[in-house]
Amino acid sequence: MSAFRLWIGAALAVALAFLTLPVLAIFLNTSPGRLLDSLDDPAARDALLLSLKTTTLALAIILAVGTPAAYLLATRRFRGRSLVLTLVELPLVLPPAVAGIALLAAVGPQGIFGDALAEAHVELALQRAGVVVALVFVAAPFYLRQAVAAFAAVEPTLLQASRTLGASEAATLARVVVPTALPGLAAGTALAWGRALGEFGATLMFAGSFRGITQTAPLAIYDDFTDDFSGALALSAVLVCVSAALLISVKLAGGERGLAAR
Amino acid sequence: MKRIAITVAAFAALAGCGGSGSDGPLVVSAASSLKGAFTALGGARFSFAGSDQLAAQIRQGVKPDAFASANTKLPDALHDEGLVEKPVVFAGNRLVLAVPANSKIATVGDLEQPGVKLAVGSAEVPAGSYTREVLARLGPAVSRRILANVRTAEPDVKGVVGKLTQGAVDAGFVYVTDVRATQGALKAIELPAKVAPAVDYGVAVVRGARHPEAAWKFVDGLRAGKGRQALADAGFTLP
Repeated sequence: MSAFRLWIGAALAVALAFLTLPVLAIFLNTSPGRLLDSLDDPAARDALLLSLKTTTLALAIILAVGTPAAYLLATRRFRGRSLVLTLVELPLVLPPAVAGIALLAAVGPQGIFGDALAEAHVELALQRAGVVVALVFVAAPFYLRQAVAAFAAVEPTLLQASRTLGASEAATLARVVVPTALPGLAAGTALAWGRALGEFGATLMFAGSFRGITQTAPLAIYDDFTDDFSGALALSAVLVCVSAALLISVKLAGGERGLAAR
Repeated sequence: MKRIAITVAAFAALAGCGGSGSDGPLVVSAASSLKGAFTALGGARFSFAGSDQLAAQIRQGVKPDAFASANTKLPDALHDEGLVEKPVVFAGNRLVLAVPANSKIATVGDLEQPGVKLAVGSAEVPAGSYTREVLARLGPAVSRRILANVRTAEPDVKGVVGKLTQGAVDAGFVYVTDVRATQGALKAIELPAKVAPAVDYGVAVVRGARHPEAAWKFVDGLRAGKGRQALADAGFTLP
């Protein structure tokens, strides 16, 4: 028994060290002063600002479309429902390079919808809109998955009560379902935001890298690491802090329960 | 510093579990533009990326056996820092303007037109720094108009080629060997002689390499026989 305890304890120690040391190293390599200096660097600021703008826009789109879609998936039973669920969750496990190729093949200039988009004067590749498209594609499943679980966990009696009192389904969704599912929705939002913030491969392949237009913070880190390693470290430190804040907000929102409920 | 030492020690312990001995393949870090030629040549495990990224890895303590760069500046700098042995020049290349085969763009001057979409290498990668040399020689006004058309600054030259072959841009500055590798999808527009940069490739054995002898043999092999032939076949000029 004690050998077993030692073994599982050692396994946890190894896992903890392996997962935290690289992140810790970012901070051990950067002095707090250097961190603040890096935020004065216009290129880093442009990248952070662009990341903030594009991820916010992407999240707005994800929430607007994802919330009603998740509600349908959570409340209706229909043929092929699990297939639909699997399909919308697929980008969750796709390698970013595959997401980049998929976006190019679909909505790139030579993609299957390339000509149609060109006729409609919609340009995505190498544009800020292209960054948002890439972010929505990779991040939406994180929200959808959580939102479906959160909606499914709402007590059916609450809905019945609301309907009995004469509220329409739309009103019930807005006044009863969404407020009740809010912690789960918030957790999904934070997870999707974190994924969008970290997006790299699909963005580079589909939207390129241009300062102020398509060079998000992860792309700026990649651009920096060859000639300004400490600048790249500092920018990374900022992203670690933001990601940690998002994760903590997931925990506080009770996203753990939301995940467990699935 | 002590904390960093602990971090490093922990990683060394983890790496030790991998059990990497002194055998294993020869590892060569090489510029993206060498991909075709080196892959055809074989004889080592290659890691292709922007030369500046490979140099940055070496500065961070990564030790391939040899480093082949799309310029002489990076291997020279690493040599000055004591990280690699004395570099040698083993090939030359030409920076060109690449456009899709059916493009109407015919000269560098056409890049000044508003609305032309251009891809370049980032300022750090050799292809990008050669491009900036060219633009500087074209004069500030021309350079400004062309730079206004840049839509993406790619981390390596293959990124520029990709944006071109995907039709995301109308033109890009790449090496003539990259155009050749697209087998007709792209065509090369030569740069005027007075603005064309000298593109020399330097290779060096990395200090502390695991296979120094094999690395030297690889370096020597690039300048004779099969290595020389593979480079010539890919369109490189030979010293």
